[in-house]
Amino acid sequence: MSPKTETVPRQAMREQPPQERVGNFNEVPLGYTEQQALAEASRCLQCKKPKCIEGCPVAVDIPGFIALVQEGKFAEGARKIKETNVLPAVCGRVCPQETQCEVLCVLAKKSDPVAVGRLERFVADWEREHNVVERPHTAPPTGKRVAMIGSGPAGLTCAADLAKLGHEVTVFEALHEMGGVLVYGIPEFRLPKKILREEIDTLREMGVKLETSAVIGKLATIEELMTEEGFDAVFIGTGAGLPHFMGVPGENLMGVYSANEFLTRSNLMRAYSFGEKADTPIARGKRVMVIGGGNVAMDSARTALRLGADKVILAYRRSRDEMPARAEEIHHAEEEGIEFHLLTVPVELRGDERGWVTSAIMQKMELGEPDDSGRRRPVPVEGSEYEEPIDVAIIAIGAGANPLISSTTPDLETNRRGYIVSDPETGATSIPGVYAGGDIVTGSATVIEAMGAGRRAAAAIHQYLLGTKAEGQPTADA
Amino acid sequence: MNEIIAKEEIAPSTYGYDIYHPRIAKKRKAGQFVIIRTHDGGERVPLTIVGSDVQAGTVTLIFQAVGHSTKELAQLGVGDRLLDMAGPLGKATHIENYGKACVMGGGYGTAPVLPIADALKEAGNDLIGIIGARTKELVILEKELGAICSRLEVATDDGSYGHQGFVTDVLQKLIDEGEKIAFVLAVGPTPMMRAVSNLTKTYGTPTMVSLNPIMVDGTGMCGGCRVEVGGETKFACVDGPEFDGHEVNFDLLMKRQGTYKAEEQQASDHAAHCRVGLEAAR
Ligand SMILES: Cc1cc2nc3c(=O)[nH]c(=O)nc-3n(C[C@H](O)[C@H](O)[C@H](O)COP(=O)(O)OP(=O)(O)OC[C@H]3O[C@@H](n4cnc5c(N)ncnc54)[C@H](O)[C@@H]3O)c2cc1C
Ligand code: SF4
Ligand code: FES
Repeated sequence: MSPKTETVPRQAMREQPPQERVGNFNEVPLGYTEQQALAEASRCLQCKKPKCIEGCPVAVDIPGFIALVQEGKFAEGARKIKETNVLPAVCGRVCPQETQCEVLCVLAKKSDPVAVGRLERFVADWEREHNVVERPHTAPPTGKRVAMIGSGPAGLTCAADLAKLGHEVTVFEALHEMGGVLVYGIPEFRLPKKILREEIDTLREMGVKLETSAVIGKLATIEELMTEEGFDAVFIGTGAGLPHFMGVPGENLMGVYSANEFLTRSNLMRAYSFGEKADTPIARGKRVMVIGGGNVAMDSARTALRLGADKVILAYRRSRDEMPARAEEIHHAEEEGIEFHLLTVPVELRGDERGWVTSAIMQKMELGEPDDSGRRRPVPVEGSEYEEPIDVAIIAIGAGANPLISSTTPDLETNRRGYIVSDPETGATSIPGVYAGGDIVTGSATVIEAMGAGRRAAAAIHQYLLGTKAEGQPTADA
Repeated sequence: MNEIIAKEEIAPSTYGYDIYHPRIAKKRKAGQFVIIRTHDGGERVPLTIVGSDVQAGTVTLIFQAVGHSTKELAQLGVGDRLLDMAGPLGKATHIENYGKACVMGGGYGTAPVLPIADALKEAGNDLIGIIGARTKELVILEKELGAICSRLEVATDDGSYGHQGFVTDVLQKLIDEGEKIAFVLAVGPTPMMRAVSNLTKTYGTPTMVSLNPIMVDGTGMCGGCRVEVGGETKFACVDGPEFDGHEVNFDLLMKRQGTYKAEEQQASDHAAHCRVGLEAAR
């Protein structure tokens, strides 16, 4: 280990204070100043065998980019990351660094790990804000055409890689805006839409064709894309867009939303400015209950608060240790006054004569033996029911596979739960020339894992299009 | 794409648009719908596809300017473009030869009946049509349906045209007269579809209705469109929009359709206010 002794503490990031930010939809963390970034970067030991990289699903050269920050070469730092990760401004904000790179950082053994995520965000923002983003070089046209289905992180990454290799890429997106969960799910206060739009503009400049309001399976099937519309290969990155409900009585009452609906209304349809800049309404509850413990639940709870709730309860059936949300989101939610009711679950929702939800019957749980996921299974405590008055309930207990594609693509192999079966190394599906990756293969996961899948598929598609493991040809990492 | 090629006011506040979108025109089947947006910040509005002209690449939509968003839509004219149009969404109508089928439309709900009636006719059905409206001038597509139905009856609430009363009164009369109806398709306001379903249930006549709950994405992603059919929750945008009328929980549907009543009022007040503002400024 380097003899350098640590003197500089891990740099905190400036944030909007909790009392202030619950009244707006602006981004909560405000980013590092140049001084803070330099100070934080100086903490990195530039390990010879960097552990941090092992935790990164796309193996970003973490010490490499941090070394550039140490030299004050911020734009170069961003470009270093972009060699393996096309969306650093997004990932710096939404990746669970505490379970990926930072948890493995050698400094974490003795004190706090290097703030890799904050530095990643800093360089990407610096490059963008100083207008020095370089359009990636694209190889001469190959004459091959590839269709992306879905414009989430998986589809966007795959599109960028294939465009760089000279293939003609069209992205088909069912909704009216590109970005997948990044645009319809993750709220503005966590990921400003402007950042995403600029990333998508870069794709457009690279010659990628973007078709919104194009629901594949309905407008054209995969087979039609490949026969009638002349696509040589297809990548399916349609996400896990099928909301799960709890299956308890009262779930169809008014005021009961899936998190997908609640967040889509608020984010994609901008219902928070209803009556001013947007026409889509949303129920603004005073006493809101969110059910779940992941990022989706945190986002829903914090959105409800910003829409004017007096009280937001987050009911989670396990304990805090099992919450799958990013640590920062849990921390922010608590700071903002979200009440965590741990080890509780609604067993019934009750409503009034108009059909609006008025209360949830809650049951207490205790933790039993570990289940298949390795987390301890919650077991109901007999006779522990109590009634909690609410006027909006948001169900954020997970999502499943949307069958739009599988039901219209007869030869596409899916598993028992409806997810597409694809080779983890290449993304190849049961149909030649058809690849898949992201949440539609793995079930709900993370942005970076979806990007990793898009990237691996791009490399495999490239080889498929060239007919072999072509020598002398650029690979997707070029 | 999405350009309005033709516009016609077919009844007071009821418009027919032909919109250029060759791919949807080619793919759409009876019973399917599109989701449109007129402007940035606008709602996603589901509208049933009434017909299409594959040669011209156009899709026909008929709607009544009732809410804030449909009023915005009605402001557009030939040459304007919709901001977005996604489709064709939903399942196509299950078509078979039932023998004698009765197609029923209420108000502008008569529009989506037309393509289904066409398909039923093509499958060999003998068609009886019953269309209803509040008053004479709101009766639409009488000529078009008349051309494919062997018998077409019209009912108006106020008796200004055809039978006075509801479409269900006419259906009852036909049954009493001995018409052997093997299948009923009804599209219109939810109370009308419920009344038809209640009536046909007593005779055990299979009945399809096309539900129009509130929707957002129309791809099965949000669950906002959920309806209860035979005690099970279904997503109308992907599992429907057509369901067995005898199994639908209409009461729940009507309640859920009213979720944003207060907000709709607010939106139209706001729009009226803006227009007043504009006029004052002139
Ligand atoms: C609210 C929320 C918060 C989250 N927070 C985080 C976080 O902080 N950190 C993190 O790492 N992960 C987070 N996740 C998870 C992460 O967003 C997903 O794992 C990731 O977006 C998956 O990417 P994807 O490309 O597979 O699919 P998606 O992002 O789901 O995109 C799929 C796209 O395909 C489109 N599509 C679907 N069907 C069709 C079709 N038939 N034709 C055309 N288009 C179609 C959809 O409309 C959608 O736009 C969050 C998820 C949610 C919902
Ligand atoms: S971030 Fe941590 S693990 Fe990675 S190189 Fe720097 S000090 Fe080593
Ligand atoms: S409208 Fe969203 S699932 Fe049907």
